[in-house]
Amino acid sequence: MSNTSSVLEFKSSTFFTPILILFNNDIAAIEQSLQEKISLAPDFFKNSPLIIDVRELNKSDLDISINEVTDMLRKIGLFPIGVRGGNERQNKQAQKLSIPVDTGRDNEISHAAHGKNPQKESAVHASESTSVTRDGDDEVTVTAAPKAPELSDSAIQTVPVRSMLITQPVRSGQRIYAHGDLVVMSQVSAGAEIMAEGNIHVYNSLRGRALAGVQGNTSARIFCLDLQAELVSIAGDYKTSEHIAKQMQKKPAQVYLQDHTLIIKEIA
Amino acid sequence: MARIIVVTSGKGGVGKTTTSAAIAMGLAKKGHKTAVIDFDVGLRNLDLIMGCERRVVYDFINVINGEASLNQALIRDKNCNLLYILPASQTRDKDALTLEGVGKVLDELSKDFKYVVCDSPAGIEKGANLALYYADDAFVVTNPEISSVRDSDRMLGILASKSRRAESNAEPIKEYLLLTRYDPNRVKSGEMLGLEDVQDILSLQLLGIIPESKSVLTASNAGVPVILDEKSEAGQAYEDVVARYLGENRPHRFLDDKKGFFRKLFGGRS
Repeated sequence: MSNTSSVLEFKSSTFFTPILILFNNDIAAIEQSLQEKISLAPDFFKNSPLIIDVRELNKSDLDISINEVTDMLRKIGLFPIGVRGGNERQNKQAQKLSIPVDTGRDNEISHAAHGKNPQKESAVHASESTSVTRDGDDEVTVTAAPKAPELSDSAIQTVPVRSMLITQPVRSGQRIYAHGDLVVMSQVSAGAEIMAEGNIHVYNSLRGRALAGVQGNTSARIFCLDLQAELVSIAGDYKTSEHIAKQMQKKPAQVYLQDHTLIIKEIA
Repeated sequence: MARIIVVTSGKGGVGKTTTSAAIAMGLAKKGHKTAVIDFDVGLRNLDLIMGCERRVVYDFINVINGEASLNQALIRDKNCNLLYILPASQTRDKDALTLEGVGKVLDELSKDFKYVVCDSPAGIEKGANLALYYADDAFVVTNPEISSVRDSDRMLGILASKSRRAESNAEPIKEYLLLTRYDPNRVKSGEMLGLEDVQDILSLQLLGIIPESKSVLTASNAGVPVILDEKSEAGQAYEDVVARYLGENRPHRFLDDKKGFFRKLFGGRS
């Protein structure tokens, strides 16, 4: 895989990093408590990267200096690589120390200290996966924008779901799954499969299979500019192309459920 | 740093090897040092089309396994001294190909060559996947019929997701369409898909239309890439393809049957 003739290469990867959630702003107490934990598993913590989470502190109005925490952590052999839940001053402190700040989200993630030492050369975004596809066949991997990351599994109920945008053609054999709405700007080929927990919009020809509301959302709809689908489905109710009226074929159309009946209607 | 071109299709028998041989020769004739690799391990054909089958000593797999150096295995073409062929092994199967091994060979070729053409086997299995993995450009060879178009579409999906460029979020592989075995008369009579029907599904940059031509078979049997047959329509079409790939702007030919007038005159089928 390595390309000896090029100088570098960017890759995105996901890995686990311990997150240090602080409940007390007493540096000495934190240090003591950390030392105890480290003595239980010195190899695991040795030179380990760490993300400092001060959200709980800020919730209870307990102030802490990122400079002091960082000094203390570095002294005992840990490498802080991120701060989250910080207030403005703390974020500025972190940035001065060249420590990235995560301001993106508020949902609770408690992946804490399990997993092995992460690869040190990798990126900083830890713990949360932004992948929307499974391994396996050649599915499109969509990396969420940095400011609007996809949700981790544990947070699906608590945080509003964002939509996914696909600008490349969805080719035969590809599968795409969106946790929210799915917007496809290009064509969806016969033999492709697009699925969304919310609505599906296809601003081009829809020739493959489109399944909206796959987790049971009966108010989900499918919209497309050119209906030639092999199959359309809303919350499990489906029609194959054989049962899609001829006069609807190759028209801009929407598909929705009304009284448990799948309606396919031209968008006039 | 070489540009790596994969010639692929998904479906078999559409003209991948013919195309690989023709464009490799075309690039070399234009003065670019070019290597063409046969990825169809176990079903070696490229050497026949290139007419070098009697000079094969070592092959791609020998190089991957370190049993021969690249220079030992590369065969210089008899018609053009800027063109080299790396034949596949006939006695092994696709499992002998490894991602690292292929990468190493391509890296080494990249130092010395301007273009490396990878002739992919049919299918979407290991051989085809490895042939496209390191590609910068893809020539998708398609026949104007529905199963070939569907398979090409599938291949485009794999190009977009299973290549090194896709995995490293680099600029995607540049995809080009080559419509081969095109017969304007059969398109007119509705037996064959037209260019528009194919583009409706694939919507790719069209690099050329290669008309169905007897000269392709003749050239294959003679072991001479058809592009060297400058009198044949297929040869001219491939010459256009290479020129367009290199940035020349040439109008597409062979979409209409130029013999139509004479056929009408002499009572041939219309």
